[in-house]
Amino acid sequence: MATQLEPATQTDEDAFRAEVQQFLADNFPEELKGTNNALSGVDGPTNETPAQKKWREAMGARGWGTPTWPKEYGGGGLTKAQAKILEQEMGKAGAYNPIAGMGVMMFGPTLLEYGSEEQKKEHIPPITRGEIRWCQGYSEPNAGSDLANLQTFAEDKGDHYLVNGQKTWTSGGQWADKCFAIVRTDKSDKHKGISFMLIDMDSPGVEVRPITMISGTSPFCETFFTDVKVPKENLVGEEGQGWTIGKRLLQHERTNISGGGSLARLMGQSLGEIAKKYQPTGDDGELADAVLRDKIADFEIRWNSFLLTARRAVEESKAQGGVSEISSVLKKLGTKLSQERSELLIEIRGLQGLGWEGDGFRDSELEAVRGWLFGKATTIYGGSTEIQNNIIAKRVLGMLDHQ
Amino acid sequence: MAVLNEEQEMLRDMAREWAVNESPVTEFRKVRASGEPEAFNRDAYATMAEMGWAGVIIPEEHGGSDFGFMSAGLVVEELGKTLTASPLVMNTVAASAIVLGGSDEQKAKWLPKLASGEAIATIAVDEGATHDPSKIETSVSGGKLSGTKAFVHEAHGADLFVVAAKDGLYLVEKGDGVSLATRKLTDQRSHADVTFDGAAADKLANGGDSLLDDVLDRARVLTAAEMLGMAQQVFDDTLAYLKQRVQFNQVLASFQALQHRMADLFADLAQMRSAVEAGLQAVDGGFGVARAATIAKAEANRVMHTMANEGIQLHGGIGMTDEYDVGFYLKRARVLEQSFGSSSYLKDRFAKLSSY
Ligand SMILES: Cc1cc2nc3c(=O)[nH]c(=O)nc-3n(C[C@H](O)[C@H](O)[C@H](O)COP(=O)(O)OP(=O)(O)OC[C@H]3O[C@@H](n4cnc5c(N)ncnc54)[C@H](O)[C@@H]3O)c2cc1C
Repeated sequence: MATQLEPATQTDEDAFRAEVQQFLADNFPEELKGTNNALSGVDGPTNETPAQKKWREAMGARGWGTPTWPKEYGGGGLTKAQAKILEQEMGKAGAYNPIAGMGVMMFGPTLLEYGSEEQKKEHIPPITRGEIRWCQGYSEPNAGSDLANLQTFAEDKGDHYLVNGQKTWTSGGQWADKCFAIVRTDKSDKHKGISFMLIDMDSPGVEVRPITMISGTSPFCETFFTDVKVPKENLVGEEGQGWTIGKRLLQHERTNISGGGSLARLMGQSLGEIAKKYQPTGDDGELADAVLRDKIADFEIRWNSFLLTARRAVEESKAQGGVSEISSVLKKLGTKLSQERSELLIEIRGLQGLGWEGDGFRDSELEAVRGWLFGKATTIYGGSTEIQNNIIAKRVLGMLDHQ
Repeated sequence: MAVLNEEQEMLRDMAREWAVNESPVTEFRKVRASGEPEAFNRDAYATMAEMGWAGVIIPEEHGGSDFGFMSAGLVVEELGKTLTASPLVMNTVAASAIVLGGSDEQKAKWLPKLASGEAIATIAVDEGATHDPSKIETSVSGGKLSGTKAFVHEAHGADLFVVAAKDGLYLVEKGDGVSLATRKLTDQRSHADVTFDGAAADKLANGGDSLLDDVLDRARVLTAAEMLGMAQQVFDDTLAYLKQRVQFNQVLASFQALQHRMADLFADLAQMRSAVEAGLQAVDGGFGVARAATIAKAEANRVMHTMANEGIQLHGGIGMTDEYDVGFYLKRARVLEQSFGSSSYLKDRFAKLSSY
């Protein structure tokens, strides 16, 4: 990096920081401090309060919920450095990013790379304003890890496709406005017969059935398509390009699951500090349970080195859109660590950390239990850990594909 | 697998058959759906008692069969496989406290009822969310016991509590001065904080200084036996699933990465079984109980922990659904893992018992 540029950059950054602070002071409702209500999240239907709506609209108008996306499609048009300042200042103000969900995490960046000009103009701005929710129509009953085995078929009908088939594990399917799906347009070639298309969830012939999860909630669905008409302009890229586009989207998904953002936030809450509230300490303030203390330290050391790895991967990444096969390493590491963290929280809290509902538990304790159970999915979805290992071994390390 | 005598084989086969036919996981689902804090089926428990299972460790003169802990463990293991919700484990442990520490009168009063299922007992030891029998504040004066016990298993169905106080174990009947606050845990079974406020208490005066430890060791081995059944079932279900689920035009079982995972789990399960059976046998033999029980529960904790996680992981998305059983095993596993000794507690205890 050219050092002589730094003073100038520094001034720019200071000016930008001041701008952000002013924006937050003007727009972030005090009552939302420390809360989180990401409308486009997949976690559930959200009834926005007026304050939440105001905050989402303010962020949406600036494009700062999607800070590095191009301005012309409603993004913030910020540099990475500016985006970092924005994040820091929001953190200080206790402000959440109200623009979230699959549109932001995976679909938007993919469409920016592969979509036509018309598609970007149509679909990206509503994402940057947090106005619509997207869901992911990838998995099918017989196409999980072997995703390319998908059978949902889109028949060419001239000006539209007629889609028939079943998707499953569709997160947020019951709340989504639209679905980005990979479907088969050609039965003669497993990979080249796949196309990437956008389906309106309120089209006739779309039916969703929520599935209850071990955590007691129903955040995902079976999704059935029966003679669903999809206009030709909803095909992204070329027919047969769906596998390439679909895989790129998965790289964004993996990078997000491994989770710079949410994991880093959790990181603020040291397990050691939590443990001191639940477990006896000696006169020196150290945890009396030496075995548990060792486990926590062991975990936190690896957690720190993971965050360093995630940061280094982002900095070193030269690939388009900032993602690459290294996302497999991050996904595998980050998800395992966050599962370990949930397990350690249980050990720290004992039976108090295993509450299901009812009296005697704090909200934070109950949320941790549901989170622990839901978290078991992170090593399964977005390509399981075993599939990431296959990708690392074969694509990154060049080991032979003998299976 | 331990060498069983004829009686034990019969008992195990009977338990296996009953669990599979009369108490599959769908029965546990019914219990869960009922939402009753007691969380077990009284009729099913009556049947179990009729088959003699509530009295396996109770002397014949008091209405039991006196088959011992190894035999009790066999039954508990089979019931663990189908997640049968019942107070059998806690009742057995509580009965053992009376067998070890009770007077002739106390034995005559309670053991026949506990063996026949007419009454149900449990133990109330811990006063915090983490097992630690050295931290007991409950006290007795003038025959009245006061204190609060945390997360007492099977408290709702219990007629009798074996309560640890500072100066020993006491029998306290449900009734005046005993109140329950339900604590609903992720396993959806019966747990409650039990407050004793000047409740009439009858001391278990025999059994010596080690009575509490001896009773807890019995809780550890029987809990470990339940976990053994659960781990075995998760393993069997997972193996069957991998042999049947096709991805990439082949059964998942054909992938070497998964074959090795199952081989690791198989070896772990073998260790768990040896440790649990040795713990049960040590109780029957009356020798080296503390050490064997510590190993049994520590190994049960370790293997069950991994088994439950792997069970879900290897099932993929379907393992995350409530409709599939494997999640229930995970939830019960963690509750048992934290009961009567977490891994940290047991490692520390093992080191202390080994004088280092
Ligand atoms: C909570 C949750 C949310 C989800 N959300 C969505 C969504 O929004 N949209 C969507 O399309 N999908 C979603 N999924 C589906 C998810 O992507 C699939 O579950 C995942 O790809 C695994 O597929 P499967 O469930 O069929 O498992 P399977 O592919 O049957 O795998 C079972 C086990 O075998 C292992 N395995 C499979 N193949 C190999 C191999 N070659 N080598 C070694 N091991 C192997 C797997 O790693 C796994 O452990 C979600 C899943 C969950 C649990």
